[in-house]
Amino acid sequence: MTKNAPVKVRVRGLSKAFHTNGHEVRVLEDIDLDVHDGELVCILGPSGCGKSTLLNIVGGFLSASSGEVTIDGAPVRDPDPRRIFVFQERGVFPWLTVEGNIGFGISGLAPAEKAARIAHYVRLVGLEGFENAYPQELSGGMKQRVEVARALAVNPDVLYLDEPFGALDSITRLVMRGELLRIWEAEKKTILFVTHDIDESVQLADRVVVLSARPGSIRRIVDIDLPHPRDLSSPRYLALRDSILEEIGLAHKV
Amino acid sequence: MGRPVRTDSPSSEGRRARPGRALARRLLPLSGIAVLILLWDVALSTAGGHRLLPRPFEVVRAIGELTQKGFLVKHVVASLFRVTWGYLAAVAVGVPLGIVLGWYRRGGMAVAPLLEILRPISPLAWIPLAILWFGVGDVSAVFIIFLGSLFPITLTAMNAVRGVELVHVNAARNFGLRGPALLRRVIYPAILPQLLVGLRLALGIAWLVVVAAEMIAVSSGLGFLIIDARNAGNRYDLVVAGMVLIGAIGIALDALMRGLERSKALAWGYTAIASAEEPPPDPGRGAAPAPAAP
Repeated sequence: MTKNAPVKVRVRGLSKAFHTNGHEVRVLEDIDLDVHDGELVCILGPSGCGKSTLLNIVGGFLSASSGEVTIDGAPVRDPDPRRIFVFQERGVFPWLTVEGNIGFGISGLAPAEKAARIAHYVRLVGLEGFENAYPQELSGGMKQRVEVARALAVNPDVLYLDEPFGALDSITRLVMRGELLRIWEAEKKTILFVTHDIDESVQLADRVVVLSARPGSIRRIVDIDLPHPRDLSSPRYLALRDSILEEIGLAHKV
Repeated sequence: MGRPVRTDSPSSEGRRARPGRALARRLLPLSGIAVLILLWDVALSTAGGHRLLPRPFEVVRAIGELTQKGFLVKHVVASLFRVTWGYLAAVAVGVPLGIVLGWYRRGGMAVAPLLEILRPISPLAWIPLAILWFGVGDVSAVFIIFLGSLFPITLTAMNAVRGVELVHVNAARNFGLRGPALLRRVIYPAILPQLLVGLRLALGIAWLVVVAAEMIAVSSGLGFLIIDARNAGNRYDLVVAGMVLIGAIGIALDALMRGLERSKALAWGYTAIASAEEPPPDPGRGAAPAPAAP
């Protein structure tokens, strides 16, 4: 269905090089990508391939060396509250309570409306009872949920998630993936999700964008034509996962 | 999922307090003082003859005398008055200045060396200039205190701003915060724990400096009391009484500031300062959160 939706994020001919100590390090090379409205796209690649840099350029935190990113046709120059970047749980403000964090981006609203919105997202991410807790008192998974709720509370069109579950233990990670899909289906956001975890990408994405090692370029875009919830032992799931493993050049035996 | 236990230092409520132990913990710090006073008295009463120190009860009597004549309140208020104004002026100038210098790196790079050179100069070295500029009186003393606290406050604020996590700045920018709003809603709360430590140390310096300034520039305050007691009749009981009062008020000021540090909204900052394995803050600013470069 999202295939026929209009293009939300358009990346054209995007390259990026960093200059350190007189050396030029090419990080991204000639990326072309269209992300449709409401689509969940995973950007997958080995560490250091520039996938995080790509997301930061799309998010407006970094500028491209050449090429262009447009969203709804307008070029991206700065971060924008309509597109929220979710960092690993480190992005939560430690001096604010759960409520304070979730309400951070909506301080302009009338108090009653703000309180209602906070309560809604506290419920959505399952943090009832922790409204007045400080991040220090929360586990990693809970902090991650605070950050997702904080992002959703400003009602953005697009969410950028940069290995959001990378710091969590494997059980919490599985739970969080389920939660993300539930939220995505409820809120109908466009999501760009950076990960180095092949299983994660095949479990979540409509499409998986496989990047090469540095300088990162798109090797292949894999359509994941599986309905949610996905059966992680179905032959189709395994076939898709294996084709990506092969694409990256890894034998699927340890 | 249960509420995870905070891993605080065991000195907070963590340890189960048995009543006997709690009492011992309260009495232990006092016992050192008690032993000192006892030794002091015993030494003086057995040595006799040369009186290098007044005896403890004489000091207590001197404090009583000061209280009775109304001098105690007068001198304490005079000292606190000067510290308050000099210190508040230093906070009012130093905190914004430090934040600006920390935020605008070029400004910081231009001004920081100047601050670093001025900082090791004891504020007391400024006394002649202060008297030249402001004459003998309160303004000179306040100025000296102002200088003494200004440098540590400014440098603390500057370094704290430089240490703010880039990810927090980027998150704030993402929510559309710029300029003053960014400083007020993110930079200020982010530096507050570290800033409060700096402010507490600066207040300690201010209290050290006021005594010295009062020995030279004015005719009231605890510093004046000490120097005057000596000059006007070798009243060493009054000298030591002044010292005891200075110590007691210094502890009270420190406790006051420590009380501020105990706020729950600041607890994160102190565990972060305490844990050495905290990753160093990103040096760059306005760039990406950890770009996946080499």
